[in-house]
Amino acid sequence: MDYISTANGAAEYLVFTLGLEEYGIDILKVQEIRGYDHVTRIASTPEFIKGIINLRGIIVPIVDLRIKFALGEPAYDQFTVVIILNVAQRVIGIVVDGVSDVIALTRDQIKPAPEFGAHLSTEYIQGLGALEERMIILADIERLLTSREMQLTDALVEASS
Amino acid sequence: MTIDISRFAQTFFDEALEHLASMESLLLATNLNAPDPEDLNGIFRAAHSIKGGAATFGFSALAEITHILENQLDRVRKGIMPLRADMVDTFLETSDLLKGMVQTYQSGDEISPATTVDACSKLHALETGGTAAKGWHLQLVAPGISHERLAGLAVTLQGQGWRADPDFPRDHAFICSSQASAAELTAALGAILAPHEFVLRPFSMARAAPVPLQSRVADPGVHEKESGTRLFEARQSPGQLDLANDIAEEDESYGLFSPRGTLAAASFAASSAAEEDGPPVAAVPDGTRPPPGVPMPEAAILRTASASTESGSIRVSTEKVDDLMNLVGELVITQAMLSQLAGQLDPAINELLLNGIGQLERNTRELQEAAMSIRMMPISFVFNRFPRLVRDTASKLGKRVRLAMHGEQTELDRGLIEKLSDPLTHLVRNSLDHGIETAEVRRAKGKDEVGALTLRAFDQGGNVVIQVADDGAGLNRARILAKAQSQGMKVHDGMSDGEVWQLIFEPGFSTAETVTDVSGRGVGMDVVRRNIQAMGGRIDIETRTDIGTIITIRLPLTLAILEGMAVRVDGEVYVIPLAFIIESLQPSSNELRTVSGHGRVLAVREEYMPVVTLQHVFGGAPRACDKGLFVILEAELGKIALHVDELIGQYQVVIKSLETNFRKVDGLSGATIMGDGRVALIVDIESLVRIALGRTVSEAA
Repeated sequence: MDYISTANGAAEYLVFTLGLEEYGIDILKVQEIRGYDHVTRIASTPEFIKGIINLRGIIVPIVDLRIKFALGEPAYDQFTVVIILNVAQRVIGIVVDGVSDVIALTRDQIKPAPEFGAHLSTEYIQGLGALEERMIILADIERLLTSREMQLTDALVEASS
Repeated sequence: MTIDISRFAQTFFDEALEHLASMESLLLATNLNAPDPEDLNGIFRAAHSIKGGAATFGFSALAEITHILENQLDRVRKGIMPLRADMVDTFLETSDLLKGMVQTYQSGDEISPATTVDACSKLHALETGGTAAKGWHLQLVAPGISHERLAGLAVTLQGQGWRADPDFPRDHAFICSSQASAAELTAALGAILAPHEFVLRPFSMARAAPVPLQSRVADPGVHEKESGTRLFEARQSPGQLDLANDIAEEDESYGLFSPRGTLAAASFAASSAAEEDGPPVAAVPDGTRPPPGVPMPEAAILRTASASTESGSIRVSTEKVDDLMNLVGELVITQAMLSQLAGQLDPAINELLLNGIGQLERNTRELQEAAMSIRMMPISFVFNRFPRLVRDTASKLGKRVRLAMHGEQTELDRGLIEKLSDPLTHLVRNSLDHGIETAEVRRAKGKDEVGALTLRAFDQGGNVVIQVADDGAGLNRARILAKAQSQGMKVHDGMSDGEVWQLIFEPGFSTAETVTDVSGRGVGMDVVRRNIQAMGGRIDIETRTDIGTIITIRLPLTLAILEGMAVRVDGEVYVIPLAFIIESLQPSSNELRTVSGHGRVLAVREEYMPVVTLQHVFGGAPRACDKGLFVILEAELGKIALHVDELIGQYQVVIKSLETNFRKVDGLSGATIMGDGRVALIVDIESLVRIALGRTVSEAA
């Protein structure tokens, strides 16, 4: 796992919200954040795969994690946020409820994830970050997006972390 | 204009090395206990392709070894011989050796005859279950040497520790058998005989016959004479002369056989002989006087010519060109967007901006054309190897054939050109071997004794069409059916002609009675179809008994750009490749019929086609078909009527892979970006039809 080592040995995470939970992903995996624009549907794919967009000439699939994790009624408006990620040599966009901030977590602030039922299976959780009163679930986004259940890739490129 | 075959030789070297690499990886991956038949076929095909190419370019040592390799592989493939570990080892060894040989040829050096003989005997040894691996059996052929000398030789050899068979002096040949290699024997013999006095050939104990293909390289003396005689035959035999004259008539620009070209042909033969035999002068037969005004070392001139053409071009990786094409594609889209926006501006106020945008449009178009042309090459790059191939193959088969080529200037994507050469070679060989009859048969049928083979290339819409036509016997329906039945294929007498002809593209299918050096092994046609399909093309056969056969290949102009019809279905835009569209129509209600209450068909001029909606292919709510249009599509499996809401228009679209960031989706071949920046999906018609015909149309009417 490649974290940015800042002076105090901390790594930076982009924090986004899904429902009431806050998730953090390695900032190095994030290419950009953009609004939700027209998406071309692809038939015979699961509902959470919204389709594909044209990102400056690159065809990028868009996954709505809100649908994937059954978090209420997903709305698509000018506030809907898409995080474009660079994972496993691919460019993939995820739709989330919102992006809050970028935080730095030192190694001591990251606790191992207990066996519990978040929306995300523990398999895809690297740990829990404690920042003052907040608890941030650190997601192994690469492993999640290349997992079989996401149906985003062919025969698997399962991310090795 | 003379044909500089060395230019194509480079392609052959590249291809051969590729084939060898794939052969090696397949061999390495093969499971000895349960070899995958597909892998075995793959290995065999690789050997077959190398052999074909090597024979075409006159690399006889390479052709000889691959021929034996192919024979052994064929046995393994057909299950006559089980695959053993030592075989894989030998095959791998041979593949290494071949790689070395290809590189040797590439650098223009000589192959030592002993190497060839060694490799051949090792391969032959496999037949006898590896027992012969203890020592090779070599047949010594020494024409022009007296029996006495041979007998003496045997004694001398035995004295030096060789096991020679003195009781075998028949035909000036006897058998040596030893632990040592052919190279050592050659060295030992070299001390007694002059190098031109003898030839070593591998001797197969299993069949007690010399190797089928004569080792020409192994015999420099005879070879010189041979190439000389061949040269004369080429100029004297009426059949060959026909070939020469007719081609000259057909196409003046094609220089090999034009009046001055005869000299070129002679020097060309000389140069190719020179490549094998050493100094060019030595290869010019005594009888041929150097024509006045033409300097002797013609080979040297040909070489320099090729060097100068090379310096005028640069080799760029296709990846870079693809990147460039992609960027240009983006630019075109951006430019289209700008133009659209600019159209809304007030021309009086924004005159300068609008001028600039107009200029941008012009430049973009030119840039696009220029970028496209980088990838385009005239098809003559493939066609030019055929006169030699046809001539050699025809004379090997004892047939007389006139080759005509049309439309060599037709341009095609470079990537396609490279992939086209193998399939076309197979088709031409097939036509020569199975299509065109021998002169006697043709005379009996009342046809011209000289068979006609025509290669044609032309543009048709967004496609390039390439035809291989012969005036031979045509395909024999009954024989194909019988053969297919004996091979356990599912056939019945009621099959349409078209379906029967498609059978010859099945793997392992060959109606030829005998396996010849040229064709008849049943490889080839399946590879041909696979290659053509991989290029996004189609292959069709038209044939009439005793009138001939026309094989038509349709290829897209380029792999990167697709000529398509944009249609709207349920608010989404799809692009249908134009090549599959026959027509679009708006039927009246009585043309839309229901079959047994379930499926629906559309009647178009007495022909009934199943109605297909994209929903029922991709899954989704069924939809009514009473509004909108039908696009009639023809794929390999048949015709369907695809229901669409609206035809948007015809576009050239840049194909983007879905797999780069996503995965393959059944029924889609990719995506593209339309002028408004949105993504449209490109429908894969072949798979669409396959899915559609697999599932019956079961929606209520």
